[in-house]
Amino acid sequence: MAGQSDQLVKPGSGRGLLDVYGDRFLLKLLVRKEIKVRYRGSVLGLLWSYVKPLVQFLIYFVALGVFLNLQRGTPNYAIYLFAGIVLVNFFTECLSNATRSIVDNRDLIRKIYLPRELFPVATVWVSAAHFLPQLLVLVGACLVVGWTPTVFQLAAAVLIFLMVAVLATGLGLIFGAANVYFRDSENIVDMIVMVVTWASPVLYVWTMVENVMGSWFWVYQLNPMTVAVEVFHWAFWEPTLKPEQVIDTIPPGLLTLWLPIAMLISLALLFLGQLTFRRLAVHFAQEL
Amino acid sequence: MTPHGHVAISCIDLRKQFVLRHTRSLKEALVWLVKGRKGDLSKKFLALDNVSLEVKQGETVALMGLNGSGKSTLLKLISGVLQPDGGTVRTRGRVAGLIEVGAGFHHDLSGRDNVYLNGAILGMTEKQIDEKFDSIVEFSEIGEFIDTEVKFYSSGMYLRLAFSIAVHTDPEVFLIDEILAVGDEPFQRKCIAKIKELSEMGKTLFVVSHDLDLVATVCERGVLLEHGKVVMDGEVHGVVAELRRRSAHAESGDSL
Repeated sequence: MAGQSDQLVKPGSGRGLLDVYGDRFLLKLLVRKEIKVRYRGSVLGLLWSYVKPLVQFLIYFVALGVFLNLQRGTPNYAIYLFAGIVLVNFFTECLSNATRSIVDNRDLIRKIYLPRELFPVATVWVSAAHFLPQLLVLVGACLVVGWTPTVFQLAAAVLIFLMVAVLATGLGLIFGAANVYFRDSENIVDMIVMVVTWASPVLYVWTMVENVMGSWFWVYQLNPMTVAVEVFHWAFWEPTLKPEQVIDTIPPGLLTLWLPIAMLISLALLFLGQLTFRRLAVHFAQEL
Repeated sequence: MTPHGHVAISCIDLRKQFVLRHTRSLKEALVWLVKGRKGDLSKKFLALDNVSLEVKQGETVALMGLNGSGKSTLLKLISGVLQPDGGTVRTRGRVAGLIEVGAGFHHDLSGRDNVYLNGAILGMTEKQIDEKFDSIVEFSEIGEFIDTEVKFYSSGMYLRLAFSIAVHTDPEVFLIDEILAVGDEPFQRKCIAKIKELSEMGKTLFVVSHDLDLVATVCERGVLLEHGKVVMDGEVHGVVAELRRRSAHAESGDSL
């Protein structure tokens, strides 16, 4: 602050995501506001974050696991399903809310200069706050059926969580900024959200895809969310299986090849997102 | 009591052009591209035209002009909300706008939460807000309603709280846009007294208002904008008189 006050500076030229770090206090307040506001006037409050995924999970489990009898082919299908669902939920919530975040905060953006990256980043934190209870439900379920993860598997789960947050932030910056100019952006994101649930092995297993795609299976693996879901399966679902059930639980090269690639793609998207956002953010105030 | 020394705000050849966009859908833009970019998707409007202005630290400047003369645009360029299309604007020290009070308020949060949120939005740190919290509440005269959600506030209470937060943010440069008409008369007097106190403390004030008598008492210097150009810059009473002369002229011109 002291260094700032004795020289002339151009107003409104920030350092992007770095400024968000400098404004942690405001970020914290924005996140807290969102969480408070979402459950205003509701009796169950944050409990809804547990109830909704549980219901979603039960529907899938009964319809797909029991009626379609998928749990015969996939042992502990409930765990398999839930591990994928919570991660995809986290991603889709981040992305759809980040996309809307700039337009939703237009009153503020039009009047006061703030690092605009704050808004998409805040939505990612809010989604993380909703992800946590779901993760606890998952861990609880895993423990019930006998979960024995290694340290590596736990570390991988944490890494995947961070990777998905980075990926969602990057895409959220791109679509959030684009949404200012073209509201079609929201609909494109709605579509991505719909596709993501089915483009990753959440409801089915990866071997089914490999059987169909054959030598083109690598295309499927290029999707960072696919890799993320597979690693989550490795961390949460595999350690609940009996040794004789562990056959083809994860695709070959998942941890040595695909995970690094997915991380690189996510970081590249974050970089691209920041670049796009900065270019478009200059005119936010007059376009909103 | 800083002597007028360093430059606090420097504007050089500022130009700002607005695009009045007609379309906001991807489809229309695509059709326009396919048709070989025929026709214009948008109309342009020059809000500021080569505006140069320098404000020294501790100066109190009133920005005057009729509606649409570019006053608010200039203020937004100085605060960084908008970026100029030409020229440069630079500021020294923290700039805070008492612009559109209450922009950062959220209706479903309590007054207390809003004080913290809005304070942070205006650039205060957690410690600063903690320290000034009581003073903010006292100045706003909100009292025990501070823990009530602001959607239940009367519009006067709402504005008083917002104004109170804004004057407590303590920046070096204050941008004030048309908000001196806050609340009832006693509170207005209190606001004006507070603003005068700020200027005595050596803060730079940059005020936009249509209340000419009021700006003449608060400010020393006046700048008159017309159609995005600075047409007069000098002692405030002279500028007020010039604006009155021009608007009287405009009225008689209309009636002819």
